[in-house]
Amino acid sequence: MPRTLAAAAALLLAAAPTLADTVAFTHAHLITVTGEEIPDGTLVVKDGRIAAVGPADRTRIPGGATVVDAAGKVIMPGLVDTHSHVGGFRAADESGPIQPGVRILDAVNVFSSGYRRAVAGGLTTVNVMPGSGYLSSGQTIYLKLRGVKSGAVRPEDWAYLDKEGRVLGGLKMANGTNSMRKPPFPGTRGKSAFLVREQFIAAREYQAKLEAAAGDPAKRPPRDLDLEILVEVLRGERVVHHHTHRADDVMTVLRLRQEFGFKVVLHHVSEGWKVAEAIAEAGVPCSIITVDSPGGKHEAVNLRFETGAVLAAAGVLVAYHTDDWITDSRLFLRSAAMGLRGGLDRTTALASLTVNGARMLDLDHRIGSLEEGKDADFVILDGDPLSVYTRVLETWVEGRKVFDRDDPDDLLHAEGGQGAGRDQEPFLCCADQGGES
Amino acid sequence: MKTLLIILLCAAASAQAQVAVKGGVVHTMDGPAITDGVVVVTDGRIAAVGPAATVAIPAGYRVLEAAVVTPGLIDAHATVGLSGIFNVPADQDMLDRAGPVQPELRAVDAYNPDDELVAWLRSLGVTTVHTGHAPGLPVSGQTMIVKTRGRTVAEALVREAVAVAATLAPAIGPEGVAAPSRAKTVALLRQELIRAREYAAELAATGGDGPPPARDLRAETMVRVLDGELALMVTAHRVRDITNALRLAEEFGLRLWLDGAAEAHQLLPQIKAAGVPVLLHPTMTRAFGETENLSLATAAQLADAGIPFALQSGYESYVPKTRVVLFEAAVAAGHGLGFARALAAVTRDAAQLLGIADRVGTLAVGKDGDLALFDGDPFEYTSHCTGVVIEGEVVSQLVR
Repeated sequence: MPRTLAAAAALLLAAAPTLADTVAFTHAHLITVTGEEIPDGTLVVKDGRIAAVGPADRTRIPGGATVVDAAGKVIMPGLVDTHSHVGGFRAADESGPIQPGVRILDAVNVFSSGYRRAVAGGLTTVNVMPGSGYLSSGQTIYLKLRGVKSGAVRPEDWAYLDKEGRVLGGLKMANGTNSMRKPPFPGTRGKSAFLVREQFIAAREYQAKLEAAAGDPAKRPPRDLDLEILVEVLRGERVVHHHTHRADDVMTVLRLRQEFGFKVVLHHVSEGWKVAEAIAEAGVPCSIITVDSPGGKHEAVNLRFETGAVLAAAGVLVAYHTDDWITDSRLFLRSAAMGLRGGLDRTTALASLTVNGARMLDLDHRIGSLEEGKDADFVILDGDPLSVYTRVLETWVEGRKVFDRDDPDDLLHAEGGQGAGRDQEPFLCCADQGGES
Repeated sequence: MKTLLIILLCAAASAQAQVAVKGGVVHTMDGPAITDGVVVVTDGRIAAVGPAATVAIPAGYRVLEAAVVTPGLIDAHATVGLSGIFNVPADQDMLDRAGPVQPELRAVDAYNPDDELVAWLRSLGVTTVHTGHAPGLPVSGQTMIVKTRGRTVAEALVREAVAVAATLAPAIGPEGVAAPSRAKTVALLRQELIRAREYAAELAATGGDGPPPARDLRAETMVRVLDGELALMVTAHRVRDITNALRLAEEFGLRLWLDGAAEAHQLLPQIKAAGVPVLLHPTMTRAFGETENLSLATAAQLADAGIPFALQSGYESYVPKTRVVLFEAAVAAGHGLGFARALAAVTRDAAQLLGIADRVGTLAVGKDGDLALFDGDPFEYTSHCTGVVIEGEVVSQLVR
């Protein structure tokens, strides 16, 4: 056992980020997303951040930098997936339809091979959500895929943290048919909305008691983990990520939002194209999905490739998501490319994979574009990101390479093959080298 | 009523209109691609194909144009028309869970040509579909081949029965019955084939003298499998299940189609030696459970190994309710298969594998006038299918 641990530790050290290194990628086609594309550009990475980005002839390369000739390659920001179930989707249990106090943090398996596939697809940030079979299935978590191959075994070491060191995430909610089940779950849409209103009203009353106590522990109501989270939502401190498909369900979310004033991102939004103006008027962003045919359930029979284009044209902020395992993280670029097929313009399509998602997670000050000062999260591709023939060559997070197509083990996760589905078990890494496990 | 009849007759007449399709590039799949090509379809069949400079379009023909023209796409294995778009019990006819083995169930008796998913596939260039009973039960029923058109199954039909669908793993049980184990599934299949042999022997023994044995539709179907008239399409993903399928085929001399075959990349020499074709799982099948070891590059590996294969949309029990073979081929094209072999896998090669190459799969004189029109590389995500022709009838002009 000690020998194995030592070997594992040695591997971890070898893989550890050398943040002090400065790397300059030159002569790449840079897709900055927030600015013009730069056909012959230089990207300088230092201390895990982007130190410089610009045309090759006007961007200074710091002395001592490792220079990588990236001619013929395309570099774009790391992809932001606003809705994924990689590593776990079970937070709430069967005891009731509304369980905001439950955290996906406590269910995430960081050893899931899904994370290896995610970085193979160019993803660097994922919002891992609990499932949609509940009106609220719990808190989501915003993960930075720096944890991949790092040896970091706690999801909180992967997560984005706030100033107090708490993990960042939203609250998963859902309406429509997925959460309609036998009691105590709602049986109708009307009952679904009623149950949600009832809880938010309870949360308002709880909030009033909290505020009346004004920090006096003696007057404070007993802690209620469910209501505490709903109070965060009412205060606008935690965004609601709301699964919804049918146009009338979308309108129900907007109605509840108006009543309780929460901040919400609509997810899936299959019939969003029918009510795009109303969504735009409410100023609510949409995180949408590409699947290859409509149907599979009544509320998804009007799903179309054009949804992204119609929403964007109406002025709605649009991002795509994988909903992995509904679609595979390795094919995330495809989702937006199919949006282009449905009429979305290229600029919005590229933003919908990156900065638009970052905005929906309130992380756009750190990620989503190639801009000086932002995290060095980026993807190196061998061609245009929206072409079926293009492959992800490398994925970097905070200046560290987390995926390299030239590495056989990374390639296994990029393409698949025997062993690709197995969870990652770092302490068995050396068994085939004679170590005990 | 009379007026309606006249309208219907007129509609039928216009459907028979003669059509010519001009393409910036025409991929005939029967020789090199033709730049500035023309395909002339007369009375539903291809009458001429070649460069615009040498092929004249007869007067009065309706002319369609596109940047890229291919043969109508062939989906080598689907359940569309049986597994409806709404995914509720009322429109799910691909699995009858009364018993584990029901080869007597015919696809023609279950196919709904009006299902919206048939139209969805058609609008994306798919003109021919091998569809029927789904993977799941050890033996779920028969499959057939249809064109993605027609108000009735008779109008759509190409072949009434082509295969019996079997599943080795993960097989499900009949309603309320536990799923059979791997070994039990093989035992069920062997028992069924042995019973069919005995039934055939009984039939032969009567030799016209005396009363024949009472008709047994189940055994009759399996006799057709034993005779090789119907293929046995076996869904198997794991190495051991694929191996079991090959062993079964050898024991009974079956015409086996390996279906799914997520771990085929581990058994290329064995599959090649057995001379068994593969209906490969959709490239974008979810890599979980039995398929956790699938590879996006398997199609390329099968092609490199010289194993006949075709691509399929497969069976989906949730969302998306059907996949689209155009998109599945596209992802395979981008993962080592390349454009030409990917296009062959959804046209010529699929037709050969399914035994319908005399009618479809290439653009050659005498073949059915089935064409798909695109505004760019058909496999690029950002291209669109702009037109579809089936036997000379323009069945879609959506831009999708």
